[in-house]
Amino acid sequence: MDGYYHSSDLPNFADIGKGNRELWEKFQSYYAAVFAEGALTEREKALIALGVAHAVQCPYCIDAYTQSCLEKGSNIEEMTEAVHVACAIRGGASLVHGLQMRNVAEKLSM
Amino acid sequence: MPHPNREPVWSKTDNMGLSLKANANPLSLAAEQLRILSIVPTPVAPFEDKMAAAGLYPLDATGITVFQINVGKLCNQTCAHCHVDAGPDRREIMTRETAELCIRALAQTRIPTVDITGGAPELNPNFRWLVEQARGLGRHVIDRCNLTVLLLAAQADLAGFLANHQVEVIASLPYFRASQTDAQRGEGVFEKSIAALRKLNALGYGSEGSGLLLNLVYNPVGAFLPPKQESIEVQFKRELERKHGVVFNHLYTITNMPISRFLDFLLATGNYEGYMERLVNAFNPAAAASVMCRYTISIGWDGALFDCDFNQMLDLPTGFGAPQHIRDFDVTKLQSRRIFTANHCYGCTAGSGSTCSGSIA
Repeated sequence: MDGYYHSSDLPNFADIGKGNRELWEKFQSYYAAVFAEGALTEREKALIALGVAHAVQCPYCIDAYTQSCLEKGSNIEEMTEAVHVACAIRGGASLVHGLQMRNVAEKLSM
Repeated sequence: MPHPNREPVWSKTDNMGLSLKANANPLSLAAEQLRILSIVPTPVAPFEDKMAAAGLYPLDATGITVFQINVGKLCNQTCAHCHVDAGPDRREIMTRETAELCIRALAQTRIPTVDITGGAPELNPNFRWLVEQARGLGRHVIDRCNLTVLLLAAQADLAGFLANHQVEVIASLPYFRASQTDAQRGEGVFEKSIAALRKLNALGYGSEGSGLLLNLVYNPVGAFLPPKQESIEVQFKRELERKHGVVFNHLYTITNMPISRFLDFLLATGNYEGYMERLVNAFNPAAAASVMCRYTISIGWDGALFDCDFNQMLDLPTGFGAPQHIRDFDVTKLQSRRIFTANHCYGCTAGSGSTCSGSIA
């Protein structure tokens, strides 16, 4: 799987539309609306996107939203904290399932 | 790679050394910079094609409202992004004779704004004379200040001089934190800049109603575009006031041009192609229509005339029959002149645009 992801692929994201233009256009329109300034600023949304990019471990999203965060005026300290939020939620999500483990173990054990 | 044998001056750990010129780096030569800029990455269309598609080629001046004098390359700093390749080792500065020619030319016109830049323009012994003369002609005067110059022992009275002559100060401060500012401008520069800003604030600079304008300039600390001016201004105002008690009027966002020391950084870090693509993909016809060269005349330290300070650093003089030296200044010919453009101009047309007075679109 060496070289599975390529930075040069990202600008061709719109090629997905060749398989179904209508769905791609709906996605694009929705995406643009989501990231527009609203109750949250564009800068705040980019920081959330950066955290989510790390949670879903999407290399394209990490590249795109690292650049986007810098271009919205965020700094490396803020971006690092966003990644830690993703890490804490992912780690916490594993750990909290320890309760399921405990429930099952409790039921099975004498 | 455009120049595989070139040793970059930029270094992550020590980027505050000598100028490119003092290092005898090929990038100190305008011709070498233009050669590299002519090698556009595959997806990048030449600037002229992009302008033609936007109905803006050839590009003409629309008048002259800014008389921008670059009084030379001498500076007390050696910033990593400097498009002038300025520094303490540079000796090219405007003489009194050339300064007099500037004032004589200015007096023939009604150009309202005189914008003095460098280097650190205040280090030119003729700086204060130029300010006094331009103010005497009733023109608005801008000093493009690096802030730390205000703390030099020999310049202890500079802030007071600027205030007395109601000079607008446009000062470089790339970020509201030390780590980013120092990475671009040198170790300890942020702390000194804050001290200088407090000095200006104490004189009334930056306070509403004082008549003393203090505007700051944000440059990205790296190979990316600036944020929206109004958004980052809110952050700057909040952070500088809360943490440092500093106030200012407006923040201008300026894009780093892919020339000189910033070009050196781009090449040294493998960011050149990506940055050019970023600029081109962000080409904005509205910004292109309002580029500052259309209303500016730029004068070099030796009196040569240019369409802008960036063309000046690339040795691209006014052309197409327009006067090329301050001694031949003719506002009628210059105000409708055709402007010389090349691929570095993508820096002014990206995103919200970039002028010496910030974004425009």
